[in-house]
Amino acid sequence: MPPRIRIIAILICIFLVAYVFELVRRRHLSEEYSMGWLVAGSLMLMLSISEGLLVWISNLVGATLFTSTLFFFGLIFLVTICLHFSIRISSLTNQVRTLTQHMGILHSEKQSLEEQIEQNSLGQNPSKLEKL
Amino acid sequence: MNQLKRKQTEWIEEQSVSLEFFSEEPITPLHQKVPLGDSHKTLIVIPSFNEEASIGQVLNDVKENVPGTPILVVNDGSVDRTAQIAEECGARVISLPYNSGYGVALQTGYLYARKHNYSIVVQMDADGQHDPACIQDLLNAVKNSAVDVIIGSRFLGQNTYRTSIARRIGMFVFGKLASLFCQERVSDPTSGFQAVKGKAIDFVASDHYPPDYPDADFLIMLNRCGFTIREIPVKMHPSKINKSMHGGPQSIYYVFKMFLSIFVTLLRKKPRI
Repeated sequence: MPPRIRIIAILICIFLVAYVFELVRRRHLSEEYSMGWLVAGSLMLMLSISEGLLVWISNLVGATLFTSTLFFFGLIFLVTICLHFSIRISSLTNQVRTLTQHMGILHSEKQSLEEQIEQNSLGQNPSKLEKL
Repeated sequence: MNQLKRKQTEWIEEQSVSLEFFSEEPITPLHQKVPLGDSHKTLIVIPSFNEEASIGQVLNDVKENVPGTPILVVNDGSVDRTAQIAEECGARVISLPYNSGYGVALQTGYLYARKHNYSIVVQMDADGQHDPACIQDLLNAVKNSAVDVIIGSRFLGQNTYRTSIARRIGMFVFGKLASLFCQERVSDPTSGFQAVKGKAIDFVASDHYPPDYPDADFLIMLNRCGFTIREIPVKMHPSKINKSMHGGPQSIYYVFKMFLSIFVTLLRKKPRI
């Protein structure tokens, strides 16, 4: 691999790993989601540093250019993480839907109870009844 | 993921139990069959989104045709006076905080029905398309037979309902698919005019319900779970305001989603209710 692209790849990987740590430290990224980025960043860093490992993997996957190996694994990681996010979004959408439905039902029941209490309290001392 | 889902279900069940004092009657858990005695507890569910022009008339017609039956309007995040008009007409209103779609609003009605032990749910649209005079036909059909879901079809009997060719082709294809897999003639799989009873209510209120477009795929799912469906002819008027759920670019998604959903429904294990 030409030294220039190697240095750029190493710098980008170091920056990525450091930035993910910083995001977790500032609580902008949860530990759960940071794991994928840290593992992928570290693996890319290892591949960029160790030329022997890169040659071995390139031969294994049949890549003629070493940079293609990095792109190949980078792409696999991106596809995996996109699929993971789609699964999470589907799950979150379902959770929000359930919450919305139950909130709507509870709100309606609360209103109905308030009305009942209001009707029952007519003629009684309203101060004795606590407003819901 | 499954563990998370189980935890959610447990939490929701816990909340339902703790809120038992809210309802007049005890809550039936999902796995128990709702007994259908002589006295059927019926609820009419009307999902509505910005229907201030028609909701009042629809509710008055419903009250005239089936007096004394409680009506639940699920206001799906309307920005107009739909909820106020419905309340003024004496309907119970559940307002969702934002527009969640027809299927979600409809399922909210079934969740309410399950929670309050209703044994029959009649669902209809708020745009005046469904003739409230046919509610009685649906109710008679569902009460006097062992069928779990009665669908009001606009294409059975002498009907003058007209729609675009594209929609007719879609309805024909999905109707044929539903008929094939349900082994029961389905001429109108997109009909939102239905009467559902007993355990089928629990099924609609469950996670198995497809919340975006509950059509042919849902009928196949019902059939696979052992529920019986039957169509009866109903009168339907063309909607005054043209705001179909299946128009424009969404129709492409609809066709894709329906084929995919039918395919995976057939691949899935039979859901246990």
